Amino acid sequence: MFKNTTLSVFMVAAMSVWLSTSAFAGQEIIVSAAASLFNAFTQIGKDFESANPDVKVLINYAASGALLQQIAQGAPVDVYASADLETMDKAGDKGLVGTSSITNFAGNKLVLISPKGSAVKRLYDLSGKSVKHIAIGKPATVPVGRYTKEALEKNGLWSGLEPKFIYAESVRQTLDYVSRGEVDAGFVYATDAAVAADKVTVACEVGGHKPIVYPIAVVSTGKNPGVAKRFIDYVMSDKGQAVLAKYGFTKP
Amino acid sequence: MSMYMTPLLLTLKVAGLATLLALAAGIVLAFLLARGGFPGRDWLDAFFTLPLVLPPTVLGYYLIVVAGRNGFIGRWLESTFGVSLMFTWQGAVVAASVVSLPMVFKSARTAFEGVPGDLENAARTLGQTESSVFFRVTLPLAWRGILAGAMLAFARAMGEFGATLMVAGNIPGRTQTLSLAIYDAVQSGNDSLGVTLVLMTSVVCMVILVFSGKILRTE
Repeated sequence: MFKNTTLSVFMVAAMSVWLSTSAFAGQEIIVSAAASLFNAFTQIGKDFESANPDVKVLINYAASGALLQQIAQGAPVDVYASADLETMDKAGDKGLVGTSSITNFAGNKLVLISPKGSAVKRLYDLSGKSVKHIAIGKPATVPVGRYTKEALEKNGLWSGLEPKFIYAESVRQTLDYVSRGEVDAGFVYATDAAVAADKVTVACEVGGHKPIVYPIAVVSTGKNPGVAKRFIDYVMSDKGQAVLAKYGFTKP
Repeated sequence: MSMYMTPLLLTLKVAGLATLLALAAGIVLAFLLARGGFPGRDWLDAFFTLPLVLPPTVLGYYLIVVAGRNGFIGRWLESTFGVSLMFTWQGAVVAASVVSLPMVFKSARTAFEGVPGDLENAARTLGQTESSVFFRVTLPLAWRGILAGAMLAFARAMGEFGATLMVAGNIPGRTQTLSLAIYDAVQSGNDSLGVTLVLMTSVVCMVILVFSGKILRTE
């Protein structure tokens, strides 16, 4: 008797969990956004849902290169927002996005950060003995890693610092490494540094790279291109741009 | 060539050392828990089995908290020996041994409990010391189960990804094991490299399993 009651309670619980996850009946779009857009897009997603009650926005964050691979392998994504033009161009070349829908919606700055209380103040401090580990994004898949590589090569520091690099999967992981003090310095966007302002110090802004431009586009394999277009229009509207500005993004 | 050999040799090194570490800790713990009827034994057993159930990223997080720069073990290591486990292959060994410990521990405990107490008592009546009883009676009778556990541990250590990624990072040439190299290759769209690494890993694992299967069957 005890066994039957436990079993039925368990089955009812399992069924209710299963049913509750498939309760939404309206339209859904999946947005793949670069990791640095986490805070801004989470809010934009919520605002868009409030303005369009029949729509649900699911946002998927990762490094732009990783997101591109997911889309290339057939992920049912409706909107793709990348942290650099290079990855979006690759997407366009493969026919994964509607090239006419590519719109530049934001810009950013590259900064050198260090854990709170660190003595690292300038780029050249990185060559010092006390700096053992420097976190940067993996250049193959993470745009911030590519901007960093460009900037350091321009400054003649790249090859000298290479043995110290710890390659992160995304700009947010780079930020995490610095926040925890696991590394002595790292390169992230100004917007990311702002989010962790209590744990990291911005040593300096880093120049010497091509302009940081974020493009957004409708993905060809998406199920809801109409809603996808509306989402992009919302990002470009005054309301969307205001949210981006609030988190420190610049105009594209 | 080195883009295949480097991760392979590193993985074999890390998995091998991790298995040895897991064996040492697992045998000791299994013996203590098989023998002792002390209170809280089941809870201790569950604690050491936990890495089997927890997602590797959770384990990786715990390891960072404990062994990272600000963790209590991490700080002790840095002040006493001047070393850190983060971003090193030694850290990868620790991560892999933690996840494969339950494999050895569970198999070894079952093996030890399967050794007939009568035989051990017979040895004792013949005047053998406790350590002699362990090495000459208990261990030889339990070694098959322990070896099976070690095989599983090695396979698990070879495939370890989540905890290794968090603790040791994904540094080519230093901590990029086969699993991480495959992940990198697939992520950057380098399918030919990815496929080659996957086939290499599969062949190595098959060879190890066949070889250890032979050892278990003979004798």
